[in-house]
Amino acid sequence: MKFDTPATTNPIDQLKVVGKPVDRIDGPLKTTGTAPYAYERHDVVPNQAYGHVIGSAIAKGRIASIDLTDARRVPGVLAIVTADNAGKLGKGDYNTATLLGGPEVEHYHQAIALVVAESFEQARAAAGLVRVDYVRAEGVFDLAAIKDGMEPSEAAGADSEVGDFAGAFASAPVQLDATYTTPDQTHAMMEPPASIAAWRGDRLIVWTSNQMIDWTVGDLAKTLGIPKDRVTLASPFIGGGFGGKLFLRADTVLAALGARAAGRPVKVALTRPMVANNTTHRPATIQRIRIGATPDGRITAIGHESWSGNLEGGKPENAIQQTRLLYAGANRLTGKRLGVLDLPEGNAMRAPGETPGLMALEIAMDEMAHKLGIDPVEFRILNDTQVDPEKANRPFSQRQLVECLRLGADKFGWNKRDRRTGQTRDGRWLVGQGVAAAFRNNQVTESAARVRLDNQGIVTVETDMTDIGTGSYTIIAQTAAEMIGVTLDKVVVRLGDSNFPVSAGSGGQWGANCSTAGVYAACVKLREAVARNAGLNPVEAAFSDGRVSAAGRSVTLAEAADGAGIVAEDVIEFGDLAKKYQQSTFGAHYVEVGVDVATAEIRVRRMLAVCAAGRILNPKSARSQVIGAMTMGVGAALMEDLVVDKRHGFFINHDLASYEVPVHADIPSQEVIFLDETDPISSPMKAKGVGELGLCGVGAAVANAIHNATGVRVRDYPVTLDKLLAGMPEV
Amino acid sequence: MRSFTYERASSPAEAAAAAARTSGAKFIAGGTNLLDLMKLEIETPTHLIDVNGLALDRIEATPDGGLRVGALARNTDLAADGRVRRDYALLARALLAGASGQLRNKATTAGNLLQRTRCPYFYDTNQPCNKREPGSGCSAIGGFTRQLAVIGTSGACIATHPSDMAVAMRALDATVETVSPEGATRAIPIAEFHRLPGDTPHVETTLAPGELITAVTLPRPVGGTHVYRKVRDRASYAFALVSVAAIVQRDGSGRVALGGVAHKPWRVEAAEADMPRGAKAVTAGLLAGAQPTHENAFKLPLVERTLAAVLTEARS
Ligand SMILES: Cc1cc2nc3c(=O)[nH]c(=O)nc-3n(C[C@H](O)[C@H](O)[C@H](O)COP(=O)(O)OP(=O)(O)OC[C@H]3O[C@@H](n4cnc5c(N)ncnc54)[C@H](O)[C@@H]3O)c2cc1C
Ligand code: SF4
Repeated sequence: MKFDTPATTNPIDQLKVVGKPVDRIDGPLKTTGTAPYAYERHDVVPNQAYGHVIGSAIAKGRIASIDLTDARRVPGVLAIVTADNAGKLGKGDYNTATLLGGPEVEHYHQAIALVVAESFEQARAAAGLVRVDYVRAEGVFDLAAIKDGMEPSEAAGADSEVGDFAGAFASAPVQLDATYTTPDQTHAMMEPPASIAAWRGDRLIVWTSNQMIDWTVGDLAKTLGIPKDRVTLASPFIGGGFGGKLFLRADTVLAALGARAAGRPVKVALTRPMVANNTTHRPATIQRIRIGATPDGRITAIGHESWSGNLEGGKPENAIQQTRLLYAGANRLTGKRLGVLDLPEGNAMRAPGETPGLMALEIAMDEMAHKLGIDPVEFRILNDTQVDPEKANRPFSQRQLVECLRLGADKFGWNKRDRRTGQTRDGRWLVGQGVAAAFRNNQVTESAARVRLDNQGIVTVETDMTDIGTGSYTIIAQTAAEMIGVTLDKVVVRLGDSNFPVSAGSGGQWGANCSTAGVYAACVKLREAVARNAGLNPVEAAFSDGRVSAAGRSVTLAEAADGAGIVAEDVIEFGDLAKKYQQSTFGAHYVEVGVDVATAEIRVRRMLAVCAAGRILNPKSARSQVIGAMTMGVGAALMEDLVVDKRHGFFINHDLASYEVPVHADIPSQEVIFLDETDPISSPMKAKGVGELGLCGVGAAVANAIHNATGVRVRDYPVTLDKLLAGMPEV
Repeated sequence: MRSFTYERASSPAEAAAAAARTSGAKFIAGGTNLLDLMKLEIETPTHLIDVNGLALDRIEATPDGGLRVGALARNTDLAADGRVRRDYALLARALLAGASGQLRNKATTAGNLLQRTRCPYFYDTNQPCNKREPGSGCSAIGGFTRQLAVIGTSGACIATHPSDMAVAMRALDATVETVSPEGATRAIPIAEFHRLPGDTPHVETTLAPGELITAVTLPRPVGGTHVYRKVRDRASYAFALVSVAAIVQRDGSGRVALGGVAHKPWRVEAAEADMPRGAKAVTAGLLAGAQPTHENAFKLPLVERTLAAVLTEARS
């Protein structure tokens, strides 16, 4: 199905199942511990051996020699894979560094060997006995130190300039010119990357934890140098990914190589201390923002530049993305610079681009409002735009940022806030409130599905779409139920298998809208086939209550399925609506913090998010996404910081004792409101994504609340107590 | 983790004797620290002596009005003990500020005293660390030091002792009771139990090889208001940036011990004479000679401010 004109009324609009806050259909599997996660799939293939990954002890250089003698002697050891014996390997399209290093080492904890043994303990013990001699090379590890030497480049992308930014900024009556930094962050998902691999002749089967099945099948085949159709991959449940599992990574490649070397199935999980440096992370940024405005608060010039680093061949963090679209202003400049750093590979983490970008931009907006003496909510409203500010003839498909801000202000009690800083005291706490806009683009990408109706009236949906804890199973079931006119218990959803039609996958918050749109397309086809099979006119056929009816005749779906059942498959393809219209999601975050007047400890007291993100397919799972994202935003604001050892080139706090993320005690009351919205430009579902929107802007709302509480403006994340102490009142 | 042999000891003296007899032996209590370190091969004992069955988990009154806490008393049980809550509230509060409920259910009194540092370089076996591998060097110096010590450091090590419980015990003048491999018992004042790093940061206590902790004794209650204040980046389940354990008497006199600042629970008795003069004066004495790094210099004002808040709280 080609989607190239805005959606009109369709069966989804009935909202009998879609739009309802139903429990997730896979919930019982999870709460009873029976959802099959990759590492625990003991039943899928017998005789599984265990692999333990060895990571490089240096950041850059060369392996002079590896001595496997002692390791081989450990009882139970079956094989040891290194670059020396793995055979020639290719490199996938989506990873920058090779996934099995050696002799060249490209980053710390790059996998350099896999020890395979009968038991996990034997493999780990033997791994400890592998002796590696390295020749270290000089590396570059300090973003700030190379910033000024970064030149414009193709890899960084072209600058975007509209009007005369320099002139307009220089002549603006009110100006802000400030630099912000965001640190490297790790996904820290609950389930570390894990895979089981088994060869059947020259065919490879992999059970893994991965967000993008088709990308990963392709890259695995490419890495191993085998045809793509010889690789099968299953990833039905994923214990969190946040972008860390978008791509083929070392666990999968090494499980495949280990299985080949050992001649039997091999399972591999990365240990927690390996995750930060072996896998991808969100790269650190340095961002300079300049805003010029008239005294009455109209932005006349807005500039945002961002510097980040990555391995040679890697991509920049697109921290300026939202600034091109969020606020009005005739004169604009945005640009990225990219430097080479020999740190582990930087790549997507939940709302890449907008997360660090808004952490900076939305503090800058707060600072500017403060300078202007205008309420920060009003300042944002004043500079709203209903069109792409770089292309005035390109409207937003829907944009209710102002409504989000206003409703949020009302619900949060914003008008009770004291605009002066450091004024509100509650016992030992200095109390402050902050606001930030949320913005995340809505990306559309094709997605296919297969739907089958059987002679019991059961509808089975198959697509390689993944559920990374987001609720994909449930919203897909709701979509099929709505389309075919059955209740949810009559729908079976099977996901995450490369035998199924290729979906959009889970990334960039496109999964919900695109994958359900693909299911919609397949269901449209199925409806036609079912009606025809039942001898009914497909155009008139209505599907409800487990029956298909037209022209006074009605048959049950079970009957219509007719013995063998009926299968339909289709793909949703998107035309150029995304070019004609800017599709984005919007929100407003309101946060109240307390800052301990003596210790400067910062604790969030309450949070509110108001989101405008098209049709909300399931308010319950959508809310879960948003509160989870808000929690991640608190982490980004207050504690998450992968610390670079700039001498040796690695992230030193590579475990969950030293890389802190919020715990329950950090997250008190969270409220989420969704505007009642549909976006017919986005897809037949009229939905958009919310999974990343909920994170966008949270960090800045927290930082702005801290400023309101204390008067201290911190521009370097995370905002920790040591950065506040000097500005705190005497005790 | 390397392979190891395992035995259950039959008595405290026998456990100590077994430890002395077997090279590479270690006691295991709750295992919440030791097992993690073994998995990472930071600790590589060849033999484990399980002391959980030695009936050392009792908490009982001493004849002189104090309390004797068995080495194997779980942190959860100790914090919940009525006598502790009433007479040694500082200890209960410190315990409850540490780790998580699940960990405290397993963690023991002796294991807590002997838990090892949380210096991040100690945890990465690719990095030199004098504490983990004597003589290899200290990676933390010149590296990431935000969490590390500001006082009592040496050129060999700037790590902190991470315990909360031990800080309270230091303020309470606890005594560590032990039995040696020869069967001799002794009582070590807690002030002399943990060592500063000096040139031998791997030697963390004054215990002799094989010596087993059997109990920790608290002297008679000293009264006063007990406040334990742990400062950290997140609200729970984090080690202290600094912590302040204070006992404040009605007349303004009292005691203070600090966590998160040194290789041992930090207390300077002489500085306590300044208690009635307030936090600034006490801190000046407590932290005289501190040598913080650029990254952790904030701990000095933080101690003073936290102590000020603690004193205000105690007096209100
Ligand atoms: C995630 C996490 C968070 C934590 N957070 C905190 C915190 O915030 N604050 C805090 O204070 N602590 C914290 N801890 C540390 C925790 O308190 C210790 O792990 C625990 O107290 C150790 O006790 P255990 O009985 O498990 O010791 P084990 O791990 O069994 O042993 C520790 C050491 O003591 C030795 N040992 C044990 N018993 C004896 C004995 N009777 N005589 C001689 N030697 C003995 C062992 O040989 C070993 O060297 C945390 C731990 C973890 C894992
Ligand atoms: S501070 Fe101590 S524990 Fe940390 S690296 Fe140095 S020697 Fe090791």
